[in-house]
Amino acid sequence: MSLQSSNQENSGAEGRPVFVLEQVSKHFPRRNVHALDRVDLTMREGRFYSVIGSSGCGKSTLLKIMAGLQPPSSGSVMLEGKPVLGPRPDIGMMFQQATLLPWRTTLENVVLPIEIRDGKSAALAAHDKAQKLLKLVGLNGFESVYPSELSGGMAQRAAICRMLISEPSVLLLDEPFSALDELTREFMNMELQRICMERNATAFLVTHSIPEAVILSDNVFVMSSRPGRFVEEIVVNLPRPRTLSMLTSPEFGELVDRIRKNLDAQSFL
Amino acid sequence: MQALPSGAAHTVWTEKTSWIDSVPRAVSMTLLFVAFILFWTALTWSSVVSPIILPSPAEPLKQIIYVGHNLLIGDYMLTALYITLQEVFYSFLLALFLGFSLGILVGETIFGERAVMPYLVALDTMPKVAFAPIFIAWLGFGIESKVALATFIAAFPIIVGTAAGLHSADENSRMLFKTMGASRFQTLLKMKLPMGMPQFFTGLKIGTVGVMAGAITGEFLGGGKGFGELIRVASTNLNTARVFALIIFLSLIGLSLYLLVGWIQRKLIFWQKSGLLGDGF
Repeated sequence: MSLQSSNQENSGAEGRPVFVLEQVSKHFPRRNVHALDRVDLTMREGRFYSVIGSSGCGKSTLLKIMAGLQPPSSGSVMLEGKPVLGPRPDIGMMFQQATLLPWRTTLENVVLPIEIRDGKSAALAAHDKAQKLLKLVGLNGFESVYPSELSGGMAQRAAICRMLISEPSVLLLDEPFSALDELTREFMNMELQRICMERNATAFLVTHSIPEAVILSDNVFVMSSRPGRFVEEIVVNLPRPRTLSMLTSPEFGELVDRIRKNLDAQSFL
Repeated sequence: MQALPSGAAHTVWTEKTSWIDSVPRAVSMTLLFVAFILFWTALTWSSVVSPIILPSPAEPLKQIIYVGHNLLIGDYMLTALYITLQEVFYSFLLALFLGFSLGILVGETIFGERAVMPYLVALDTMPKVAFAPIFIAWLGFGIESKVALATFIAAFPIIVGTAAGLHSADENSRMLFKTMGASRFQTLLKMKLPMGMPQFFTGLKIGTVGVMAGAITGEFLGGGKGFGELIRVASTNLNTARVFALIIFLSLIGLSLYLLVGWIQRKLIFWQKSGLLGDGF
């Protein structure tokens, strides 16, 4: 199976490469599962990437390897020219759940990464910055509120701020809005796009929603399972900023169709 | 077909609740208490049981007043109470310290979980009261042997509560702390311990009850000059009413300690919604 890269000429060759994966494989010998098989990926500055695949296709393993939470069996993972050999402060991560600590206020939750890395006084000094981030996501006024009083969407906004406070060079998003209801989710996707554009962020999203992948991304990778590998790369050339009305445009529909066909083809093999 | 009745008579309905569920707590508690006393009185009046085995409710009441008076004027019962309070205080602190540190050892380290936990489980399943003679042989008839027994009984639920609390941290929170590059100590201090507080307090509350039981059992089995000894003497004299009165005062100590722990829990774990007994006590 070879990677069919379409629209090679405008697949985003411009931009500084930030995150480079070469021939990354992951094999779990105990279960004899090839979770990842020679995955290559180059992420360029300011671009948004998605990987889409059925459950258990290895996309979460890929994300964990990128985040330095798991070592690859072989291959190299380089971020900003340095190999990823464990969790790094220049990687920002977001999960399905907001995972805010219930005994900390929103502001205290946002500065948590600073507190862990540089101590309490540094966290205190970062309050201004956190305030600005909360304003960016529309949470101003909720600084001293405890997470139990935040809605699901608001909690994820706070989680975005917590991810951004340490100014990571790459954002890893593990189905960040899949626990939210459909309407909130679409809205949060637009918010995420705005935030990423504002900060020229380089992002990598794991999802199993095709429309979400298309509306957010510049490049979508379709992943097959067992062994997990990229079977197609689709370049989304819809203009930015994307809007929710694009969800019904013919170009959008064509891209969704193409990804779905790829998914169908390999999930029934 | 019949015409529908005019008006909205059959469109509004109310959920049926049993009348007993709508009685206020204070009223139902009082009613239950009165019923209990009446039953007790009936039992003693009908002479089914001898007054030595079960005195009429008035007798313990007299004894409660007698004991209360004795305590107030600072007579020998106050001295005994002071000794028991000391035992309870020291064993509570010791059990808290031991339970918490062993709980962290067992809950946080793989060595603790693999090597220490099996021994703790084995010890926990033993009838701990049977260790009283050993503690007396080691520590003598003073309060030390009582403190040892009470600590021994109370430490286990605290160990289990602490360890279970540390294990209660969810996968996402662990991953979050990993990605932030948190050290093991930071993860423990800033995430696992606060997250495990509810379980820790559940263990501590059970331990609190154990401290009382341990101190009194220690006095029963090892003599001494505490409140347990007063109970033993009263029961040897067939003064059952006095025994009841002394138990009432003991339970007041136990209850205050329990309430204190519950109060600290609510202050400390302000983010947790109170559960069973949370608002009642």
